[in-house]
Amino acid sequence: MKNLQKLAAVLMAVMVVLCGALLLTHEVSAASEGKISGTVKYEGTPPHMRGIDMSKDPYCAKANASTSPHMENVVVGSGGGLENVVLYISEGLSGAALSQPATNVPVFDQKNCEYTPHVLAMDVGQTFKVTTSDQTAHNIHPNPNPMTGNIPWNQSQPPGAPPVEKSWKAPEMIEVKCNIHPWMHGWFAVVKGPYATTDANGNYTISNVPPGNYTVTAWQETLGTQTAKVTVSGAAPAKADFTFKGK
Amino acid sequence: MKLCLLSRRLRAVARRDTPTSNRTVSGEGNMAKFFAITIFVIAIVSAIPILRHTWWMAEDISTHGAPIDEQMSETMAEAGISFLASQFILGYFIWKFSNPKPGDKIKTFPGGAKAMVWAAFLLVGTEVLALGVFGVKAWANVYFTPPAANAVPVEVQAGQFAFYFRYPGPDGSFGPIHPDMINEANQNFYGLDTDHDADSKDDVVTAEMAVPVNREIHLIMHSKDVGHSFFVPELRVQQDFVPGMDLSVHFTATKIGRYEIVCTQLCGLGHYNMKAYLSVLSPEDFDAWMKKEKAMQ
Amino acid sequence: MHDTAHAHVGQHAAPTSFIRKHVFSLDHKVIGKQYYGLALAAVLIGMFLSWLMRLHLGWTNLAIPGLHLLTKNGAPGDVMTPEFYLQLMTMHATIMVFFVLTTAPFAAFGNYFLPIQVGAEDMPFPHFNMMSFWVTLVAFLVLMSSFFVSDGPTLGGWTQYAPLSAVGQVGGPGEGAGVVLWALSIAIFCVGQLLGSLNFITTTLDMRTRGMSLWRLPLSAWGWFITSVMGLTAFAVLMPACILLILDHVAGTSFFVPANTVINDQMQPHSGGSTLLWQHLFWFFGHPEVYIAIVPGMGIVSHVLITNMRKPMLSHRVLVYAMGALAVLSYMVYGHHMFVSGMNPVSSLVFSFPTLVITIPSTIVVLIWMGSLYGAKLRINSASLFALGFISMFIAGGVSGFFLAQPSIDIMLHATYFVVGHFHLVMGVAAMFGIFAGTYFWFPKMYGRMMNETLGKIHFWCSFVGAYAIFMPFHYLGLAGNVRRYQAFAPEYMQHLIPLHKFITIAALFTGAAQLIFVYNLFVSRYKGEPARDNPWQGTSLEWSTPTTPPPHNNFGDKLPVVYHDPFQYGVESSTGDYVMQTSPEKAGPDDEA
Repeated sequence: MKNLQKLAAVLMAVMVVLCGALLLTHEVSAASEGKISGTVKYEGTPPHMRGIDMSKDPYCAKANASTSPHMENVVVGSGGGLENVVLYISEGLSGAALSQPATNVPVFDQKNCEYTPHVLAMDVGQTFKVTTSDQTAHNIHPNPNPMTGNIPWNQSQPPGAPPVEKSWKAPEMIEVKCNIHPWMHGWFAVVKGPYATTDANGNYTISNVPPGNYTVTAWQETLGTQTAKVTVSGAAPAKADFTFKGK
Repeated sequence: MKLCLLSRRLRAVARRDTPTSNRTVSGEGNMAKFFAITIFVIAIVSAIPILRHTWWMAEDISTHGAPIDEQMSETMAEAGISFLASQFILGYFIWKFSNPKPGDKIKTFPGGAKAMVWAAFLLVGTEVLALGVFGVKAWANVYFTPPAANAVPVEVQAGQFAFYFRYPGPDGSFGPIHPDMINEANQNFYGLDTDHDADSKDDVVTAEMAVPVNREIHLIMHSKDVGHSFFVPELRVQQDFVPGMDLSVHFTATKIGRYEIVCTQLCGLGHYNMKAYLSVLSPEDFDAWMKKEKAMQ
Repeated sequence: MHDTAHAHVGQHAAPTSFIRKHVFSLDHKVIGKQYYGLALAAVLIGMFLSWLMRLHLGWTNLAIPGLHLLTKNGAPGDVMTPEFYLQLMTMHATIMVFFVLTTAPFAAFGNYFLPIQVGAEDMPFPHFNMMSFWVTLVAFLVLMSSFFVSDGPTLGGWTQYAPLSAVGQVGGPGEGAGVVLWALSIAIFCVGQLLGSLNFITTTLDMRTRGMSLWRLPLSAWGWFITSVMGLTAFAVLMPACILLILDHVAGTSFFVPANTVINDQMQPHSGGSTLLWQHLFWFFGHPEVYIAIVPGMGIVSHVLITNMRKPMLSHRVLVYAMGALAVLSYMVYGHHMFVSGMNPVSSLVFSFPTLVITIPSTIVVLIWMGSLYGAKLRINSASLFALGFISMFIAGGVSGFFLAQPSIDIMLHATYFVVGHFHLVMGVAAMFGIFAGTYFWFPKMYGRMMNETLGKIHFWCSFVGAYAIFMPFHYLGLAGNVRRYQAFAPEYMQHLIPLHKFITIAALFTGAAQLIFVYNLFVSRYKGEPARDNPWQGTSLEWSTPTTPPPHNNFGDKLPVVYHDPFQYGVESSTGDYVMQTSPEKAGPDDEA
């Protein structure tokens, strides 16, 4: 009897240690990585997005002759889904999940004198590329707030130029413009931790989220931010839906 | 390898060279003749594209441009004659007065320096002053006449690196500009506050300029940022923007067509691509254009 | 007018150490050669930059191998970005105007030959003189350092118009540190020029040897003297302007930026400044500056021509008065750069009249030269060819001034290639020809060796024909409305002009390559040129009467020369031939100045 009790005590101690190790460890196996997904919708009549007159550069005008380019500040899909909303975890992350930038290289392309995608999300310190697919020169002029530690830059890309590779030092929503084509503007959404951007239907999925309790923030460039609390476990993705209302 | 051979050849030439004092006089004489012929040829070849208008000013579609073009033609004639005559005389003198024979004495131009000073005052001085005096009218037409009372008001804003235009709408007045509200991302290029300023509500902001033909246009110019300039060769108009000031020019376009407005004041990296189109339209087409632009606001 | 010898002011003993002889030398001759070396390095860099520009203008998306080595971000994939073109253009112009055209004809030749031509041992302030060179060199290095800052050099043109030049980095690449380095470099340059001008003026007025009245000075000396007076006043205005510009960058002032300036959707923190103020300050300097670039050349060309024509000018006094008139009038015309700037259009008319009037002294100078050629016994050699070429180029560049002097025509020609053609012909070619003429003429005296004549003539022909092939077409481009300072010709109406640009580029590359023949000739002749006698051209002025060639440290040996004649005694029988030297007591002609 005494041996069994001792064995149980040892086993329990080992269990406690293992659980504690599991809890404290930063290394989480893929099988237990969680996701947060959802849909961001716009309620109400979508605001009128003005058309863009690109006549100052005939290349741009020609490239857009059959489409009819519009501003992209608020892009609402046919089902009411809000595109270009960036979702990221604003509270609850720690350790490597917070500080390690994602390893992929997001691409910001200049095509037909517009930015594709309109909003490029990335981590602090994550390398991203700016490419040009156009036969007219563009300049890329992001406007960070110097107080954050992000340093502004201004570089042009003539036709055929190789990609510009950069990264940012601090989290910030940075507006980026082309001065040669003043209608061109987009965003570098620099965050920490896992992130996602909504697609044309307003759907998103943030992957690689360790189990835990978090606050998810949804950011839209003109409609502001909203937050939601979620709990991520290893099982099904946690859900967080948002609805932005028009004024 | 090629460079090496070239330098070896040059060095051989250098060693072979004889000092100036031993040069044959006929050798010098030939070079002087060659110099004269070269000057003649260059002068004539330079003049040909001018005489044939191979590369020339665009056609004048303005009402004030005729005196400017006249000044240009007169100046071209006087400058051209001065250029050709002086290059020919230079070449001729080089030809005639090099290769002196032994025993030749130097001669002095009859009249000496006095003749040259008189020639300068009488030939060139009077001609350039005449150009200046007659040119005052061409300038005055542009700058010393006020715009007509019924001129069509158009505003143009220059900013790195595009022009945006504004029409006052039916109320005939331009709403106030709030520079702190300028937001190109929202296409609020002028910083208009349509929510609070009644005048701004009917303003039409466009990326292209259109004007009705044969109507005087009163163009009010300002810059959003650095120095720019507004140049339409066919309109015979070029005027710099001065940041901090509203300037105005006025003109009348007499020919329907599509022209380019280009920036001529270095304003940054996009200066070369800073332009907008100017459409000169019939009154009906102008109204239709204005409706279309209004719908896009 | 003094004709008594002066005490040996500022005399310094011959140096012995290498450093004192060749580096920190007080000897005006060494300083002159140092300036020449600086100008030579600068012109090769400036010319190289112009090749890059011309290649890009002819073939816009051309990848120029190795271009990325010159810039951090300006040539991705070796293709020149729009900003890099403008940066190269700004540096090309700044280097050429300041470090070549102000340095070589004035500081280099003037330093070497003015003291000798007046009959002095050296300039009165040799330490200031030495400082002037080293200060100029520092200015050059500060300017070149802007290639190495992260955003590169400033892109605002050598004219650096505000507010673009004053708003800082947000205005574009190079508009931050690049502008500050540019303005600092130019301010330092102004200091060097002021020190130099001080020496030139005092040398001319106070150091003339016995018998050397002002009217007995050679025309080259007059050219340097008049230029140095202009330099004193012009650079004295540019320097504070540059300081104000630097303050707008680093001290939060707003001398040149008005309120409500919005760049890249950001309201700039400036208010109360005037952009036209910069233009007035700059051009008040800028117009005299271009005469500072050409007047020494006029003096040198006159001097070279007289010796090679074997006769005096029709009137050297008239030439001096005309050059002086150019200098005085040059301060009254500067507003012709601002006809459509937005300044009061009445001012434009007011400025146009002196601008038209300034053609009169220019014409007098050209007519005197041409009238003096009549009846000459003209020698053709490299020096005289370039002097004659100067006349042709000055005429060509001068007549386009008739157009640009009129505000109404300027409406069509302002900021087009017409202006670029005009100033390249007078500055980029005529002034350069003056430098070449001086070099071929005085090299034998400076180094005791002749330059190679055949190479000199090849250099001349390639340069003369090549320069016309490059710059005449600029006028056609301008008439057709080709705007300047464009890195590519985007407007539709300029498309048909691109083939002409390609032609110009080829001409420019060819003409530029020919200049390398000159550089080769300089270096080879220095060591292997045929030994020169003391007076190879049979000239009359004092530089040809130095006891040795090159001149000794104190120029004239134990005794300063005594002058008996003006330097224009050619066509006069004497024991030496058809000329009487200034130091010869022999009888001279009846027109001899006293």
